[in-house]
Amino acid sequence: MNARHLALAVMGIGTSVPALAQDDALPRFIHVDTIEARVQGCVTCHGHQGQGTKDGYFPRIAGKPAGYLYNQLIAFRDGTRRYAPMNYLVAYLPDAYLKEMAEHFAKQRPAFAKKEAPPVTPALIERGKTLVTAGDGAKQLPACVACHGAGLTGMEPGVPGLVGLRPSYVAAQLTRWRVGERRAAEPDCMKRIATRLSESDVAAVAAYVATQDAPRDPSPESANFVRMPMACGSQR
Amino acid sequence: MKRALLAIVLLGIAIAGVMGWMATHQGYLPEKPKRAGAPNPTTQVISLGEYLARAGDCVACHTEPTGKPFAGGRAMATPFGAIYVPNITPDDETGIGRWTADDFYRMMHTGVSRDGSLLYPAMPFAQYTKVTRADCDAIFAYLQSIAPVKQKNKPHELRFPFNKRELLVGWRTLYFKEGEYQPDPAQTKEWNRGAYLVEGLGHCTMCHTAINLLGGTKESKEFEGGMIPNQNWYAPSLTSNREGGLGDWSIKDISDLLQVGISQRATVYGPMAEVTYNSLQYMTDEDTAAMAVYLKSLPKRDAEPPPTSSARLVQPAVMETGRNIYVKQCALCHGSEGKGHPPHHPPLAGNPSITMATPVNPIRIVLNGGYPPGTRKNPRPHGMPPYSHILNDDEVAAVVTYIRVAWENAGTPVAPRQVSELRTLLPE
Repeated sequence: MNARHLALAVMGIGTSVPALAQDDALPRFIHVDTIEARVQGCVTCHGHQGQGTKDGYFPRIAGKPAGYLYNQLIAFRDGTRRYAPMNYLVAYLPDAYLKEMAEHFAKQRPAFAKKEAPPVTPALIERGKTLVTAGDGAKQLPACVACHGAGLTGMEPGVPGLVGLRPSYVAAQLTRWRVGERRAAEPDCMKRIATRLSESDVAAVAAYVATQDAPRDPSPESANFVRMPMACGSQR
Repeated sequence: MKRALLAIVLLGIAIAGVMGWMATHQGYLPEKPKRAGAPNPTTQVISLGEYLARAGDCVACHTEPTGKPFAGGRAMATPFGAIYVPNITPDDETGIGRWTADDFYRMMHTGVSRDGSLLYPAMPFAQYTKVTRADCDAIFAYLQSIAPVKQKNKPHELRFPFNKRELLVGWRTLYFKEGEYQPDPAQTKEWNRGAYLVEGLGHCTMCHTAINLLGGTKESKEFEGGMIPNQNWYAPSLTSNREGGLGDWSIKDISDLLQVGISQRATVYGPMAEVTYNSLQYMTDEDTAAMAVYLKSLPKRDAEPPPTSSARLVQPAVMETGRNIYVKQCALCHGSEGKGHPPHHPPLAGNPSITMATPVNPIRIVLNGGYPPGTRKNPRPHGMPPYSHILNDDEVAAVVTYIRVAWENAGTPVAPRQVSELRTLLPE
């Protein structure tokens, strides 16, 4: 049994035994002078390797492109992305350290949590599948996979992976983008896309993403400007 | 002939006099040849001004979170309404571009603006009045040297009657004493430097003294600690040994706490993390050590008697719950005996910020976690995780109670209601 299999086996136990899963949210590290010890401030919400915790809303951050994570940390620090618990935590941290944190979580490849089928109609899932894999020409909506990758694992350097995110988180972010509360570097492609989505489109995309299996290779795709359907400031 | 001789002699005396005066008034003499790259006097004054502006933490209030430095516009929440901090870049129309050094000194020293209006005491002129003329001039020279930003000041949104500036005459009579810092000849040069920085530019008493209903601070209560209005953090007493009292701290620990943000004794979080991040980390070792010498010398004053043993009684079941949570969630970093692993993981045993009368700070840290500021001497601080989503009110109350009374800590128990109240606040 190699390390990868061992990790998968432990994950299998972890998802079936609640006590172990809960321990994901406990501080844990070996040496004080390591990045693992330094990011203990993140683990009760995002898990030790950024895999997320059982607790509802907090997103998986492991394996998302470092550029994306860094942009979010800077935005939380400077208040351009608003979520009070994050704004508070990173308020007085310098750029270089936030970059180091971003790179640390970008490198992690923890197992994915067991997917939970969202309680929605098959028709909504079908609509979600269309939007994610093909887009909607009538609404000038490109497919999510065009930028977020065929396996929804994101794209270097600035497009986040979506796989492994819970519907409540995906729906909340798309909604914030629709109403202008969340934004990215100009040209803000997600703003253009989110404002073309209806409320039920948002629910459909969030539900479909949650039905996806863990990808074979969780790494983000490499930057591929030719393919991007819209100009995105975060990709520069 | 005699007259001509007299004229020459007089001229000679005059020249000698002028030269003598110039020799004692640096800056008027032609520059001596210097080694290449040495800053000229103007640069030196501007650099000094930049340092002093940092000591005064001007940037923290006079800059919007994503705005240009010193361009103002930031809303300061006060119990009396919002105050919008003005633009202090040297823009002619919207900033202080047309101010003179005299205008600036009058503002710093007396709290009267260039146009004659009285400043609200959100501007710490009651402390800045202690700053010397030379230091005010240096700060002014620095502010004139930065890039001007055209950004109009926003009017304040203060409730009646606080929107009437005439009322400030009364406030000033009660709480404002004009005057530059007067060194105490009985004390060392270092102590006096520390006192000058703490009482003047550092404006520490703005938070570390209780603020009354009129937004004033009483000199008799100076450094005795207080709740910071609208931020809901408690600025501990710097005089009481039971709170942040520094009597038995080493100078290095006090200096490190101020400048580095962490020390062998405690760590800064919340509003103090902001002060260290924007201001104190840039101070020289000599200056933070001087501040430490002065702070350590503050007379011990306990506003209240220590809690009675009956006030410290804890139900055994609460203690057991608290201990279990502590062992599971906290002991890894803070140690089973509460000794911590300083400086990165602060001790809780014997840490006055855990046991002080108001339990606001330990409750908030357990709920929201916290990162100390990333500073020049500690650029990659260790963070404490939030527990608000893991522990309920009873559990937070139990674990905070536990750390307040375990290991001979002399604190009092915490009620779940106190946790519940703080949980509703947004972390900041």
